[in-house]
Amino acid sequence: MVGGRRKKQHFSRIHAFTCGKAYFRGDHSLIGGPGFSRVVYCNDPECFEASLLNYGGNYVRSTKYTLATFFPKSLFEQFRRVANFYFLICAILSFTPLSPYSSISNVLPLVVVIGATMGKEAVEDWKRKKQDIEMNNRKVKVHQGDGRFEHTKWMDLKVGDIVKVEKDEFFPADLILLSSSYEEAICYVETMNLDGETNLKLKQALEATSSLHEDSSFQNFKAVIRCEDPNANLYSFVGSLEFRKEQYPLSPQQLLLRDSKLRNTDYIFGAVIFTGHDTKVIQNSTEPPSKRSKIERRMDKIVYVLFALLVLLSVIGSIFFGIATREDLENGKMTRWYLRPDETTIYYDPERATVAAILQFLTALMLYSYLIPISLYVSIEVVKVLQSIFINQDLHMYYEEADKPARARTSNLNEELGQVDTILSDKTGTLTCNSMEFIKCSVAGTSYGRGITEVEKALAWRKVSPLAQDVTEEEGQVEEFKKEKPSVKGFNFLDERIMNGNWIKEPRADVIQKFLLLLAVCHTAIPEVDEEAGRTSYEAESPDEAAFVVAARELGFEFYERTQTRISFYEFDPLSGKKVERSYNLLNILEFSSSRKRMSVIVRNEEGKLLLLCKGADSVMFERLAKSGQEFAELTKEHIAEYADAGLRTLVIAYREIDEQEYVEFNEQFTEAKNLVSADREEMIEEAAGKIERDLILLGATAVEDKLQNGVPDCIDKLAQAGIKIWVLTGDKMETAINIGFACSLLRQGMKQIVINPETPEIKALEKSDDKSAAAAAFKASVLQQIAEGKRLLSSSNKDSEAVALIVDGKSLTYALEDDVKDNFLELAIGCASVICCRSSPKQKALVTRLVKSKTGSTTLAIGDGANDVGMLQEADIGVGISGVEGMQAVMSSDIAIAQFRFLERLLLVHGHWCYRRISSMICYFFYKNIAFGFTIFFYEIYASFSGQAVYNDWFLSLYNVFFTSLPVIALGVFDQDVSSRLCLKFPPLYQEGIQNVLFSWLRILAWLFNGVLSATIIFFFCIRAMQHQAFRKGGEVVGLEILGATMYTCVVWVVNCQMALSISYFTYIQHLFIWGGIVFWYIFLIAYGAIDPDISTSAYQVFIEACAPSGLYWLLTLLVLIASLLPYFAYSAIQMRFFPLYHQMIQWIRSDGQTDDPEYCHIVRQRSLSHTTVGYTARFEAKSKSSKERARDH
Amino acid sequence: MSSSTPSSSAGGVGSADSAAPRRNSKRPKYSKFTQQELPACKPILTPRWVISAFMLVSIVFIPIGVVSLFASRDVVEIIDRYETACVPDGYKNDKVTFIQSNFTKQCNRTLTVKKRMKKPIYVYYQLDNFYQNHRRYVKSRSDSQLKENSSWDDVSSCKPEDMSNDQPIVPCGLIAWSLFNDTYNFSLNNQQLAVNKKGISWKSDRDSKFGKDVFPKNFQNGTLKGGATLNSSIPLSEQEDLIVWMRTAALPTFRKLYGKIEQDLQPNDQIVVTLDNNYNTYSFNGKKKLVLSTTSWLGGKNDFLGIAYLTVGGLCFFLALSFTVVYLVKPRRLGDPSYLSWNRNPGGH
Repeated sequence: MVGGRRKKQHFSRIHAFTCGKAYFRGDHSLIGGPGFSRVVYCNDPECFEASLLNYGGNYVRSTKYTLATFFPKSLFEQFRRVANFYFLICAILSFTPLSPYSSISNVLPLVVVIGATMGKEAVEDWKRKKQDIEMNNRKVKVHQGDGRFEHTKWMDLKVGDIVKVEKDEFFPADLILLSSSYEEAICYVETMNLDGETNLKLKQALEATSSLHEDSSFQNFKAVIRCEDPNANLYSFVGSLEFRKEQYPLSPQQLLLRDSKLRNTDYIFGAVIFTGHDTKVIQNSTEPPSKRSKIERRMDKIVYVLFALLVLLSVIGSIFFGIATREDLENGKMTRWYLRPDETTIYYDPERATVAAILQFLTALMLYSYLIPISLYVSIEVVKVLQSIFINQDLHMYYEEADKPARARTSNLNEELGQVDTILSDKTGTLTCNSMEFIKCSVAGTSYGRGITEVEKALAWRKVSPLAQDVTEEEGQVEEFKKEKPSVKGFNFLDERIMNGNWIKEPRADVIQKFLLLLAVCHTAIPEVDEEAGRTSYEAESPDEAAFVVAARELGFEFYERTQTRISFYEFDPLSGKKVERSYNLLNILEFSSSRKRMSVIVRNEEGKLLLLCKGADSVMFERLAKSGQEFAELTKEHIAEYADAGLRTLVIAYREIDEQEYVEFNEQFTEAKNLVSADREEMIEEAAGKIERDLILLGATAVEDKLQNGVPDCIDKLAQAGIKIWVLTGDKMETAINIGFACSLLRQGMKQIVINPETPEIKALEKSDDKSAAAAAFKASVLQQIAEGKRLLSSSNKDSEAVALIVDGKSLTYALEDDVKDNFLELAIGCASVICCRSSPKQKALVTRLVKSKTGSTTLAIGDGANDVGMLQEADIGVGISGVEGMQAVMSSDIAIAQFRFLERLLLVHGHWCYRRISSMICYFFYKNIAFGFTIFFYEIYASFSGQAVYNDWFLSLYNVFFTSLPVIALGVFDQDVSSRLCLKFPPLYQEGIQNVLFSWLRILAWLFNGVLSATIIFFFCIRAMQHQAFRKGGEVVGLEILGATMYTCVVWVVNCQMALSISYFTYIQHLFIWGGIVFWYIFLIAYGAIDPDISTSAYQVFIEACAPSGLYWLLTLLVLIASLLPYFAYSAIQMRFFPLYHQMIQWIRSDGQTDDPEYCHIVRQRSLSHTTVGYTARFEAKSKSSKERARDH
Repeated sequence: MSSSTPSSSAGGVGSADSAAPRRNSKRPKYSKFTQQELPACKPILTPRWVISAFMLVSIVFIPIGVVSLFASRDVVEIIDRYETACVPDGYKNDKVTFIQSNFTKQCNRTLTVKKRMKKPIYVYYQLDNFYQNHRRYVKSRSDSQLKENSSWDDVSSCKPEDMSNDQPIVPCGLIAWSLFNDTYNFSLNNQQLAVNKKGISWKSDRDSKFGKDVFPKNFQNGTLKGGATLNSSIPLSEQEDLIVWMRTAALPTFRKLYGKIEQDLQPNDQIVVTLDNNYNTYSFNGKKKLVLSTTSWLGGKNDFLGIAYLTVGGLCFFLALSFTVVYLVKPRRLGDPSYLSWNRNPGGH
């Protein structure tokens, strides 16, 4: 039986998801062998043989940890960070006598920090756990014997169970479809959760089992399935079913995958073959690539710098300590006898001073650990999560129509949003709505359709080009683009010549009829008839296709039913003037693919004639026309060019009659090709299809409009003003892409266009000949030459400061991305104001992204909505997914999801800018406060013979980062705003601060470190000079170690908190609360801690109440140190603010002067930083006024 | 005609245009907090602010500086360095031998009062180059032993001064062991000047850190004697010299309160100090000074605070002036971002 071929050929497949009818092929012989060992005893999971196999249950666990593994695993994760590991070492060493602090005060902060992070992990995992519980407790009907089906929890499913899944339910495990509510045992499946595609996929059971329609028929059902072992490949499956002593082959056609959904089918019966973690979808789940922001990477470097500083200080300290220790014994005589150097431990042994110094080095490492901010990572994580919440909650990025708010899927990249240098954008669905509207068609050489596209409007507007036009008027123009919706979605066609059945009066009515018929038949859409309203709507794979079917319906060919073998539609009969039911037998579907660029169906019409109906891209269609079929070719070509000019997507429509003999031959070859499972299957199918898709007769062409999304030109203009380069990577034709470029202000008239498209006749001729390599070489040479020319043009235009646009097509891109050319290409592309890559494949998109990212080192943001953008999104530094109509694939692999392109403006210019600013100032400040604190400890060592005695109480030290100074930093990271969101949008050049990395440059970081050292110096030396040996209060008491420590610590707390207050520019009550609260809390702590028994408070006992508070010196010294330490920074920023303001400070000036509403004023500030080589309509306006001025001067 | 009836059709997901109000809208709730529109003050450093801040600081600081300086100048201080002078001439080159010998260490010093000194006059000894803040030294004590009699044998942190003759030392550790043991007797016009040694330590130390029932035991009984001995019949809470000494100093040069003279001293009074020069600072080249000082509300004599206040105040005044001048002479060119770094390189776009 194996290898046999079933005779009955029922019907062709609708979708390529299938491998055609299943036959026992080569792979089926593998069954039972290694890798194909699974045996499933259907409907008898309890039998002896099955119990031997012991396949896992259907319980699914998506959590990272279990109760048992949580601690070891998450701890391991934590200590992979260098800083954390260092603190762990410190904590361990703190139990040895080496430690300068008590061990508990050393361990506690680490525990708090690690605990907080682990807590977050635990909460996240708990959420996943709850999802798991929900999922595992879902119910499904399972056969219990005797033909009874009862609701059972998903997790109790076993391999071999028979389940009954009803309409709109999810499949609980991977099933083999046995039968369905349909006679032919087919069912429709939605696989959105798997691949993001919203279209329905068709599955069909084996004929042998298709008759099991009733619950009761499973009473005595027995079968054995042998199949492959669990694997991650969604689109392949090999197995066999033994039923009634016969073997039947199983293919992916019978496989229903977990997490997909049953649609349009009342119920199905299926046998469970893979459960739980064996299911394909779970085998498939992988972690997305983790991205880290540039700032974080630089932060790591600063941590290393600080580590180096730490080691340096420790080395200095231990050397001095070693010298001092060696001198404790001079010629056998003790010098510092009070230290008893004669009877000492290894740590202070003068005779082994070197060893003592080395050990002291370890002590010093712990002592100066305050240079490394232990809570930095945790604080940043907290801040970023809160920032993401703000992004998610922003009402300005909420899309009312689709009820979709923005969603930051990862919080890692918030600040990266403020540094984007290049945006790589998809066109369809991103810049445009991806809701296609049928707007024009050309039939029999006549162009129909009066709709005006937005691109045409833009073109018209461009041609008028009034010189005196004002900016506001321009904005008005753009506003006008927003048109009200057409009454029928997907249909914006207006032409009385063919509407309402008038087409029969046209001269070539026969062609029009064939044209419309083709639109109604040649597709893969599935109709959904709403009985009550009598309306038909369609589920289609792509919006284009839906637009065609809708157009056909509106023009009188209403497609209403599709079965496996038949396509039924109502045809408007011109003779009777009535609707006539027609149905065509569907024989084959030749699928659309990006390489074929066309799709066809083969049908048998009611007269029994075989028809091949074909639609496809002009580039492939015209060469497939029969000589006799080119009647309207020239006119149609003209129309197509016109349509493309208008920014429309065009398809050429053609048909052909086939004779029986030819069809039989084709069908044999085609079926064979389809059933092949090998690498060249696609090629074989293509070849077979290519053979029949020839000698076509041209009918005409269609044009659908892909409308620009709301606010896209405006957004692009703003982004361009912000100095962000925008590259459009699209799969569209060059003409369409250029026109969209014009429509959304990426291109403008007067811009020099460098087009790389070496489609010269010679190369074409070479390509037609068989010498492919010669053609490739010639092509490449030509690309190289054009790049060189482009560069020449670019350098010459740089002198005249003219904007240049680069347009590359996909084929040239293939060569331009080759290793030896890409640097050249990139150099050219970077010099251009806008870059448009047309006809690019998903892989090319990803490659271009990688090229830009790796070669320029600048931050790239990719934005897209479809599955074809996934590579690009994952490759770019930031991937932004548009949660549009093309499923969730892009969103699932994106870092941030927004609903509309225009939200990008707010996301980058407002949130990006803020987050960048917040995180960078936060990190700088973090280092400042730790340097300031750490250096006071170091300075003290100079006066303590580097012995490792800390000047502060242990608990002061350990709570410094956790309590007294951390909340204000977090407030800074979450709330600070240099300018309000309105002004961020009003002055886009502000964004350059992020691109240029002004706020986190090494100079700035070092300046902050320097400020930290300066503060520490002032604090320390002022304190010890003011509190040296004399009495420090009226009662004659002198200062001890604990008093100096408490005073200095007070100064540190004041200084770092007030420094924070000075450096932020946005005070809400939260900032006030945290900053002043931090200081107040220090005093409260000091009092409370000082009141505890001296066993615990040790040197801090009563130190404030008894010693410091009554002393005037203590208070005066605090004030002096505070002002003196802030003075340098204050003076610096006063000067800088006034005379060398950064851009945000300029805007602050304008705001404080109340001039934000003075248009002229703002114009000056904006324009100065606007270069005329940028794109966007403001730039367009600028260029225009410039040229008009020049002209005026010439006259 | 049916074909002309407009009907809803869907390409892909057609639910976007449903106008019906949604019950479970994902629309974020508006609040000033989530929209980041909290009322806030946004101070910027305008000339007025900068100048007034500088002026304010100078106006506050200069008077404080003057007052502090006056307070410090009011304090009368007599400092007498005696560690060299109190070594007999023959031992000037070998002071260590002298201090470790059994020779009589008594030594007389005469101090002249330059200005009137009001009571109380505080008597300090000042040591120099003495690292009381050395980690080994600071840690070498047993707080629990000092506090409670019951933990008298808790000497683990006191090595090497923990046991002597196999008995725990009370008080143990290096600090207690190296207790300062020079003594001073003052006389004015041949009349004994009483030195009040009560109340020279911190109250919290007497009450909470040094036990009333803890008596010195086995102290200074080892082979190597450190500093002073203690009267074993007086509880530690009353051994104020020890309590003062046990509060370790912050810096290697420090004073410790020795006692108070509750009597005014007049100018040109000659005070004769009879001192026992017992304490060995010669090994580590430390100085010893005897200090008599009055106090002001700011404590002892130290001009630093006053000078620092005056300096900072003066600096602020100067800055305020120069800012005023600069602001007047060179008004800001607003809206001139030409010096922004990204405008300098024309190829930036």
